[in-house]
Amino acid sequence: MVVVKQVNDGGSESESPIGFRLDPASGVPTYLQLVQQVEQALRLGYLHPGDRLPRVREVVAALAINPNTVLKAYRELEGKGLTAGRPGQGTFIDGSVAPATLPELAGLRHALLAWLEEAEANGLDAVSIAALVTSTMRDFEERRRDRSSRAGGPTARSRRKAGGAA
Amino acid sequence: MNVLEAVGLGRRYGTTWALRECTLSVPAGHLVAVVGPNGAGKSTLLNLVVGLSRPSAGHLTVLGGHPAGSLAALDGIAFVAQDMSVYRHLTVTDMLHLTRNLNRRFDTAYARTRLDELGIHLTQKAGRLSGGQQAQLSLTLALARHPRLLVLDEPTASLDPLARHDFMGAVMTAMVDDGVSVVLSSHMLAELERVADYLVLLARGRVRLAGTVEDLLAAHRLVTVPADASSRALGWEVVERSAAGSMTHQLIRLPSVGSPLPPGWQARPVGIEELTLAYLRENAAAPIPTLAGAIR
Repeated sequence: MVVVKQVNDGGSESESPIGFRLDPASGVPTYLQLVQQVEQALRLGYLHPGDRLPRVREVVAALAINPNTVLKAYRELEGKGLTAGRPGQGTFIDGSVAPATLPELAGLRHALLAWLEEAEANGLDAVSIAALVTSTMRDFEERRRDRSSRAGGPTARSRRKAGGAA
Repeated sequence: MNVLEAVGLGRRYGTTWALRECTLSVPAGHLVAVVGPNGAGKSTLLNLVVGLSRPSAGHLTVLGGHPAGSLAALDGIAFVAQDMSVYRHLTVTDMLHLTRNLNRRFDTAYARTRLDELGIHLTQKAGRLSGGQQAQLSLTLALARHPRLLVLDEPTASLDPLARHDFMGAVMTAMVDDGVSVVLSSHMLAELERVADYLVLLARGRVRLAGTVEDLLAAHRLVTVPADASSRALGWEVVERSAAGSMTHQLIRLPSVGSPLPPGWQARPVGIEELTLAYLRENAAAPIPTLAGAIR
């Protein structure tokens, strides 16, 4: 959910067009909620190239969240090519969420419908289908994360530090 | 730079070890939550860090190698105790005056500006301020020393939700503005997800878990497996287990990220609150170790 502050007609330089909200019940990690809200705001046309994202300090003060969480979200957005940091000025929208083009969307939808019919034919009801989709997407995300982090081996350090005494 | 570096750190009161064999190295720039049941050694650790007590064993240095309690360490550390340490009968001005005279460095202008922004009047008696305002006054007095490490002992325990939100917002804004690192003890597990990016979990005076929240979450999963299946056989450490008929739910620690699951098993990531609770329950369920029973 994105709460959109009223954009001044003059396009005031200092205020960002979006503000963040957190959904504590969503189970989605905080940094990811921020990333998704920016993507969503882009998709819905609330954010445009050149718009400034709220400063880290503003987000921290408003939501009482760890500044490293905000930095992580902004790094991720930059990694996706959606934003660019300008030293001393802030983080600015520098790209757009490429929505799949219409023919591609239609094709995907067609394939999904066929898959749903197959699932139903195999005795899955709506709830089971939703559960299967959710858990498969989770695996998919995880595998993608593993692939991208395998090179660095990010947990070796933490494992050593945590020790195992019980 | 490491804000905390402990090697074999221990603190004994009489014959009882409140903290033992504590080895930690915590890098700067984090908000570190020290969690654990009452009596786990949280306050003992914080008191050692701020130099209010001395180690009975091992070593503790802060802020890049200064022995805890040394002048260089004290200059860089500010501490807000659990009771917020305001003198009820002193006015806010008197509290500023007192703190300025008790410290080698104190930025009065910063403190006044900050109190003004918070709507706390200098002529008010500290004891007449609301709980939230007293907490903000304590925090202001601490931050006006421009510390590099801020230590807070259960800072939000007595605050209402709104005051708690504002207080933590102020603490983390100081992380952005001044680059201060923060170590706090807390029972507010639900709050940790938003607030903490480094976790130190104490149980019975020992460090049970320590690391960045990101790494810790990546190393744990909740798996649902057939009741007769053995996760241990895969080299997983089972932190918590609950059986329900033909399946068991297990919170496990992965030997390495991305270990493959056997077919038919389900796994999902855990949150910080869930993870912490599992380790706390593990602690509550285990038998109290006897003196000789230091189970390794």
